[in-house]
Amino acid sequence: MRTFLTRRIVFSIVALIGATFIVFGLSRALGDPRYLYLAQGRFSQEQWDALGVEMHLDKPLAFQYAIWLGRAIQGDWGTSVYNGRKVTELIGQRIFNTLQLGVTAFIFAGVVGVPLGILSAVKRGSLWDLLARGFALLGQAAPPFWLGIILILIFAANLEWLPSATKGEGFAVSNFVLPTITISWLFVSANIRLVRTSVLEILDSEFIKLARAKGVSQSAIVWKHAFRNALIAPLTFAGINIAALITGSVLTETVFAWPGLGRLAINAVYNNDFPVLTGCVFMFTFIYVAVNFVIDILYAIIDPRIRLS
Amino acid sequence: MTESALQPRRPVAQFFWYLRRWPIIPVLIILTICICAVFADVIAPHDPIQSSIRARNVPPIWYPEGSSTYILGADNLGRDLLSRIIHGSRVSLIIAVASVSAGLFIGTTLGLISGYIGGLVDELIMRFVDISLAIPVIMIALIVVVIFGQGFGIIVGVLVLFTWTGYTRQVRAQVLTIRELDYVALARVAGASHFRIITRHIFPGVVHILIVIASLNVGSVILAESVLSFLGAGIPPPTPAWGAMVSSGRDFLTDAWWVAFFPGLAILLTVMAMNFLGDWIRDRLDPRLRQID
Repeated sequence: MRTFLTRRIVFSIVALIGATFIVFGLSRALGDPRYLYLAQGRFSQEQWDALGVEMHLDKPLAFQYAIWLGRAIQGDWGTSVYNGRKVTELIGQRIFNTLQLGVTAFIFAGVVGVPLGILSAVKRGSLWDLLARGFALLGQAAPPFWLGIILILIFAANLEWLPSATKGEGFAVSNFVLPTITISWLFVSANIRLVRTSVLEILDSEFIKLARAKGVSQSAIVWKHAFRNALIAPLTFAGINIAALITGSVLTETVFAWPGLGRLAINAVYNNDFPVLTGCVFMFTFIYVAVNFVIDILYAIIDPRIRLS
Repeated sequence: MTESALQPRRPVAQFFWYLRRWPIIPVLIILTICICAVFADVIAPHDPIQSSIRARNVPPIWYPEGSSTYILGADNLGRDLLSRIIHGSRVSLIIAVASVSAGLFIGTTLGLISGYIGGLVDELIMRFVDISLAIPVIMIALIVVVIFGQGFGIIVGVLVLFTWTGYTRQVRAQVLTIRELDYVALARVAGASHFRIITRHIFPGVVHILIVIASLNVGSVILAESVLSFLGAGIPPPTPAWGAMVSSGRDFLTDAWWVAFFPGLAILLTVMAMNFLGDWIRDRLDPRLRQID
């Protein structure tokens, strides 16, 4: 277990450094990076020269990278080109809103997707199976932003049951319903498919046949044997699905005007605000790597084959 | 057909049997889209870019206010929605084909090298795969667009980031097993060069995997392109792209729901058809690849 843990920690750090390397490399790909850090046409020659000194542009690239990385690690992520505010401050204001939505969606995907997958497998060929599989097919093909817009159209604009946009002040469940469904539909679909396949496989395996031969009841077979093993599959893919969740949060926050990190990133794209975008990229990558790390550990705890190999 | 013993006798049942056995509907949808993309200029009833103030937000044909010239209605600039969707299929298909081919080429080459040479090269390539899987691609895509601007080559390049790793991993795994087979050893004894062994003896053994992954990839690449285009990071206007069309309809949702609805429906149908076809090809060629969806 210890070597497994060390390997995962080293890999996480390498992945994070890899991300900074890519961002740095891209920022220097077109030559002088100062264009990315100063608002177009709104800077003086002194600012331009001062920035050159600050970024050590006369030194080799490796040295520039080291300086830049050192500042980033110390929490100096620069200031917004657009409104001059600190990037860390902007992110700090919004990160909580994104995490709230993301965690809700993650839980929703587990609570809805896993039972539906089991139901679909146990009652194979029934109406439930058909419905669950239809839901999954739709979720894997429909663009998330379009689903969000359709949900707004039906439940906010026409039926007027739920608010169409923004999180508002404080915490209101009704504000979370549509964004959560939008962001997690794909995730729920993935869970349904994964759980269904693995439960079908388990129900077909030798140890289940033995249990049946011994006279174990159907409910005990499903809940004691199939359910436990079925949890492994969605966990294996949870790491990959987190990437879909991040894309989803960018889209969902755009559709629902949700004041989170994804919207900050998109607005930074519109405003050509490179420092803010870089900050968002770091934050999302950090969340992604950290969550994947936790999932790997959980996975190793549940499935001994992983940590022993 | 070997399964013909299972074929039902009654005509109606037979029809459904064929429908289940062969991907008829998905193929029809994909064919329609391909025809639309190729002959867009001939099929589209209107110019997709020409706007007309009088036709602003004209509803679809079945509304009493609808007009027979605008079958699916018109958008906020009075452009015919159907024509724009037909022309939009072009962007989606060209970008999908270009980025799947590029991803396939790069990923396969790296996978072949990694699996055949092994050692340090293999280690390096695989760590590179791991790292690129550990970074959310959408974020890199946004950065690339801010730095390099929008354009066909850049969008394709960004989408390749989504796809190449799948080919590299699967091809490498397959090469590792093929490499140890007797006929490869015999080819080496016979004096074949490394290049010849890779291209003539190993590559044919991975082709079926490439077909399966590529066919499963098309749908997700079309979806990814629509995401970029929705976020304003795709092919720049006025070229009609489905994602951007949904985005422009968002502001007129209560007045003109069709502007956002139909382009999204086009994405949904296309991706669903591609996914169906991909699943079908996988089940036919190599059901063991089931885990990779």
